[in-house]
Amino acid sequence: MNERHIVKAYDEDLNQLYQIVSEMGGLVEDQLATALDALVRHDPTLANEVIERDRLIDVCEVRIDRQATELLALRAPMAEDLRIVLAALKLASNLERIGDYTKNIARRTVTLTKVPLLAPATQSLRHMGQIVQDMIGDALDAYANRDADLARAVLLRDQDVDRLNTSLFKEFLELMAAEPHHITACTHLSFIVRDVERIGDHAANVANRVIYMLEGYNAQVTRPKDDRSSTIVLEVGESKN
Amino acid sequence: MVIPMTKEMQFSATSGLEPSPSEAHPKIHASCVHVSYSGRPAIRDVDLDIRANSVTALIGPSGCGKTTFLRCLNRMNDIIDGCEVRGNIQLDGEDIYAAGVDTVVLRRRVGMVFQKPNPFPKSIYENVAYGPRIHGLAGKGKDLDATVQSSLERAGLWDEVKDRLDAPATGLSGGQQQRLCIARAIAIEPDVILMDEPCSALDPIATARIEELIDELKQNFTIIIVTHSMQQAARVSQYTAFFHMGELVEEGETKVIFTNPKDPRTEAYVTGRIG
Repeated sequence: MNERHIVKAYDEDLNQLYQIVSEMGGLVEDQLATALDALVRHDPTLANEVIERDRLIDVCEVRIDRQATELLALRAPMAEDLRIVLAALKLASNLERIGDYTKNIARRTVTLTKVPLLAPATQSLRHMGQIVQDMIGDALDAYANRDADLARAVLLRDQDVDRLNTSLFKEFLELMAAEPHHITACTHLSFIVRDVERIGDHAANVANRVIYMLEGYNAQVTRPKDDRSSTIVLEVGESKN
Repeated sequence: MVIPMTKEMQFSATSGLEPSPSEAHPKIHASCVHVSYSGRPAIRDVDLDIRANSVTALIGPSGCGKTTFLRCLNRMNDIIDGCEVRGNIQLDGEDIYAAGVDTVVLRRRVGMVFQKPNPFPKSIYENVAYGPRIHGLAGKGKDLDATVQSSLERAGLWDEVKDRLDAPATGLSGGQQQRLCIARAIAIEPDVILMDEPCSALDPIATARIEELIDELKQNFTIIIVTHSMQQAARVSQYTAFFHMGELVEEGETKVIFTNPKDPRTEAYVTGRIG
């Protein structure tokens, strides 16, 4: 999009699509930050606000679908223009999924406020959440500034998220074994960890689509993964250590 | 040539769209339009409103009647032997086929650009100056110079020809000649510009220039374009009317026609299944 199209209205249509995607990205970033704040602060009101605002994200997705469909039907985009439209559709669905996971976090946060706060575990989770927030922020900056290198850096960080997912899963298992009265909190927190991990995957997808949009190839195959939570077994007696 | 229309005919037009306040008074209102050549029907029962300051594309396979309909709008069919036009066509609420309508005046208000660029075998300047001069729209000298310049500017051609206004128009490229024809059409300040396949003889870049020009011109003119290129209709128009076998099958907003047409024949045509 460095040079303008001869038909100016085409530029306007593409810019509008770009803007709606950016707007949706901003909303999603904001929602996730608020949801994680609500979790740490044990604040059901804040969590309910997140649940309520999710529909704004859904509205953005519909707008992007409509704008992209019209662009495809009316302008028959080619080359990078085509990739911009395809990327917008993919970004919209990934951002919408992030919105849904964020809403799940907020719902469980409301439930968690009914039991005592598990401060250290919640802080570990907050740390994992921060990494994922940064990933989304950078992926969206990469999109806005057309920066493929920044998008590539996002892909590498997904590995950190996977490692934290594994270690938090273990931490919660041990805590539940040692202190059964925390089972409710730990179970909900485990699901939140899973939500955050999935958000990280979607942030990586966003970064991938940005690379595809800018360079025309799919970087997915090179992305490292390090989630071992599905293989963890709590040994009997381990929790007493 | 014209059968006087009844009130019923006049008000039976169905556009298929809910009228908004701006559409309450269409620039052109056509109802029950039938055209036949030597008794053979070419279009039947066409009802179509053309909205002011917009681009309306007429699409459809060869022989569907889209050019026939276009030529009704400035009575170009009058000059064809055996052609009969029935029904009612109004420009700003006035019947253009009424007795006493001067076709010269009508064609000044409803200009036309043809498929093949057809500049007069004169200079670039004279091509544009001719219309305003014969219609008495501009005097001589500076007045006329200003009209020529502004017309060429609005047609996006001025920068390319300002240093050779006395050169023969036939020396321009095809795309430049077509923009010259558009400059010639707008020099006489029409209300409506009819375009019959204006880009079919042009390469993609020259086509894009004309399309950008059409997009700009719609601010001041009402444009109706016949095109074989569905993609062109999609790119340049706000409204599209699909003709098939002499019938107006469907009309509406271009984005609806190309993403969710209502009639299966329109769907088949825009997806390349009939034609």
